[in-house]
Amino acid sequence: MSNEVLHAHAEAITVHGDHHEHHHQETFISKYVFSQDHKMIAKQFLITGMVWAVLGGLMSVLFRLQLGYPDAHFTWLEDILGKWWVKDGRITPEAYYALVTTHGTVLVFFVLTAGLSGTFANFLIPLQIGARDMASPFMNMLSYWFFFTASIVMISSMFVETGPFSGGWTAYPPLSALGSASPGSKTGMDLWLIAMALFVVSSLLGGLNYIATVLNMRTKGMSMTRLPLTIWALFFTAVLGVLSFPVLFSGFILLIFDRNFGTSFYLSDIYVNGVGALQNEGGSAILYQHLFWFLGHPEVYIILLPAMGMVSEILSTNARKPIFGYMAMVGSMFAIAVLAFLVWAHHMFVTGLNPFLGSVFVLLTLLIAVPSAIKVFNWLTTLWKGNIRFTPGMLFAIGFVSLFISGGLTGIYVGNSALDIHLHDTYFVIAHFHIVMGVASMFGMFAGIYHWFPKMYGRYLNNTLAYIHFWVTLVGAYLIFWPMHYEGLAGMPRRYYDYSTWESFKQFADLNRFISIVAMIVFATQILFLFNFFYSIFKGRIVTKQNPWNSNTLEWTTPIRPGHGNWPGEIPEVHRWAYDYGKDGKEFIPQTTPVGAEESQH
Amino acid sequence: MSQNISINSIPTASLSSRNKIHPQKFMLWMGIGSICMMFAGLTSAYIVKRNQGNWLEFDIPVYFWYSTLVIMLSSITIQFAVKAFKERAMQKYKALVTITAILGIVFSYLQWIGFSFLNNHGIQLIGRGSNPAASFLFVIMLLHIVHVIGGVMALLIIFFKAFSSKIKTYSSISIELAATYWHFVDLLWIYLFIFFYLIK
Repeated sequence: MSNEVLHAHAEAITVHGDHHEHHHQETFISKYVFSQDHKMIAKQFLITGMVWAVLGGLMSVLFRLQLGYPDAHFTWLEDILGKWWVKDGRITPEAYYALVTTHGTVLVFFVLTAGLSGTFANFLIPLQIGARDMASPFMNMLSYWFFFTASIVMISSMFVETGPFSGGWTAYPPLSALGSASPGSKTGMDLWLIAMALFVVSSLLGGLNYIATVLNMRTKGMSMTRLPLTIWALFFTAVLGVLSFPVLFSGFILLIFDRNFGTSFYLSDIYVNGVGALQNEGGSAILYQHLFWFLGHPEVYIILLPAMGMVSEILSTNARKPIFGYMAMVGSMFAIAVLAFLVWAHHMFVTGLNPFLGSVFVLLTLLIAVPSAIKVFNWLTTLWKGNIRFTPGMLFAIGFVSLFISGGLTGIYVGNSALDIHLHDTYFVIAHFHIVMGVASMFGMFAGIYHWFPKMYGRYLNNTLAYIHFWVTLVGAYLIFWPMHYEGLAGMPRRYYDYSTWESFKQFADLNRFISIVAMIVFATQILFLFNFFYSIFKGRIVTKQNPWNSNTLEWTTPIRPGHGNWPGEIPEVHRWAYDYGKDGKEFIPQTTPVGAEESQH
Repeated sequence: MSQNISINSIPTASLSSRNKIHPQKFMLWMGIGSICMMFAGLTSAYIVKRNQGNWLEFDIPVYFWYSTLVIMLSSITIQFAVKAFKERAMQKYKALVTITAILGIVFSYLQWIGFSFLNNHGIQLIGRGSNPAASFLFVIMLLHIVHVIGGVMALLIIFFKAFSSKIKTYSSISIELAATYWHFVDLLWIYLFIFFYLIK
């Protein structure tokens, strides 16, 4: 019945020449593979990201095996992975470095950049601003397929004879520039560079599209200050990506020339054991670090901002309260986006950076604490005296706030150039960025998945499994990364293969084993989540309410399973901001409701 | 339940009512910003490296003056091409697009001659024993050539569109986009030229 009404409605507007409704033929290929529907592309990003998250997580379990059980012999692993990876039941040193490197690259770029902002920018931007699709659906599709190709190239590097790239995810030269320096810097590095170049193209295509869509395609009444905070966050993310990825690309181009065309941008006075002295002269390895971290630091916020945006939205919806300090939230995200470009050298305090310059970067780095604290304050005050519904999405959003606070505070330690002399390249840094950037953003992503799954698939995820997933992951994340702070304070360096041979770090043998065990449990719990996800796509409880969370934003005004074009009739008009919860005694007032005459201050 | 709506006409339809910048033009401007960031990264790397010493100073060959003239000329021809298209002077338009594309190729060729001139006069651009000063010049200019060639490709597509008798197009958007991009690579070259001329 409702269908008929919608059809009649659609026909009425066809007269105005707005658009023509017809059920065009969709083949399997055009619907699921080379789809130009932003919702399908979002799901493609999400599922590819999940595959990568499993692979990247599995890699961490493997190298945690080595760290937790340096003397054990897992001969069965040799049968599964082969002799290159495992020899005599132990992960080989080459494999260990390859695993650490690929884990970092994959999690930072493929999971938390493509999987997170790729998924939710695609899914939420058109739905929440009231657009039928992206500004260029075709470019959007290309963006995914560049990402997919990058994934294939990256995976293929696992199977080459000399192994995948193993010089750390930052790929510092000279190690990454000289094939003779390490087996991982041979073919594996070439494939790594190709994959990353394709990834940069994918990010740029996506980012340009997101910005153009947010600025140009908002529905009637949707002024910038009425945008949900998710959209603001995704917008700033895209701006950061568009401005910083090209700089990374230029760093990569110089690296490619050093590797393949004998130039000396990054190389000077090098002696390689077994090869002899190299002719390269006049280059500077530090130059690469400047180019890399000029992207590398904004990249941190590219990862974190979408999570911040989604968390703001989910907290407000489930606390049944307006978000506290909307403009302060937008302003602090803007401040973070600007500061993101001004702090890159805090990754380079111990490279011989001029101490005066270092102190400027310390100041700018610590300034980030101001907008971060504003955001935390606003999240907490949004929760304060709220009528909180502890949905799984809400729990993960609260978990995000907790992790962001505890990870952010250690940022003040490592942001100091004096303290950094001791803490640089130790487990303290590992603990810091895994909590504040890695796990926190993962929590933002989980919150987003649990919250918008009903919109994505028209079904609910199982709540019991979700609660188990949440509690094990939250407790596990703290148990894994909290002890690492102590290890780092004791000076335990990152990236070492075996700590049991070091007198200073032998004391941590049991702690390392404990961390490894928890890591395996947490990984297993993620498999539970994957089961929940894929099972619920087909067998989950069916969504019968158009607006299951009683939310204000536009995506919940679409049909439960929206087709390509999102709204069957006209795109709704927006009359208010997205956070009218508990106003004038009404539980919630959707953005599409016109402002009433006797409504209190609007 | 699932509703399928053709969305082909939607973006422009919703736009015409609101009088905003064309989304493709807007995207081009952002793409230009993105390319600017890449060259900003490279030229700052050049300055940083130069200040660290072990730097080879050399004069840029005269061929780059010629190529500058060529690319500036091509900016003028593409502007006339846009004008011709809007006046529906299609013969003139086709001729101007052709000339612009040829000038683009001539520019790239002149750059290449400039490179070989340097190589033949003891300034090795790449390979063993090359100094970063020369390598930087080569890599940055090579990347610029790649962007010019990209513009030539775009012009070729437009060119064949103009000759195809099946599709009559009255929208000047493609040629306008191509012209904006062309002016951009022109300005980018002038920036690079002045940069390399002054900072050696």
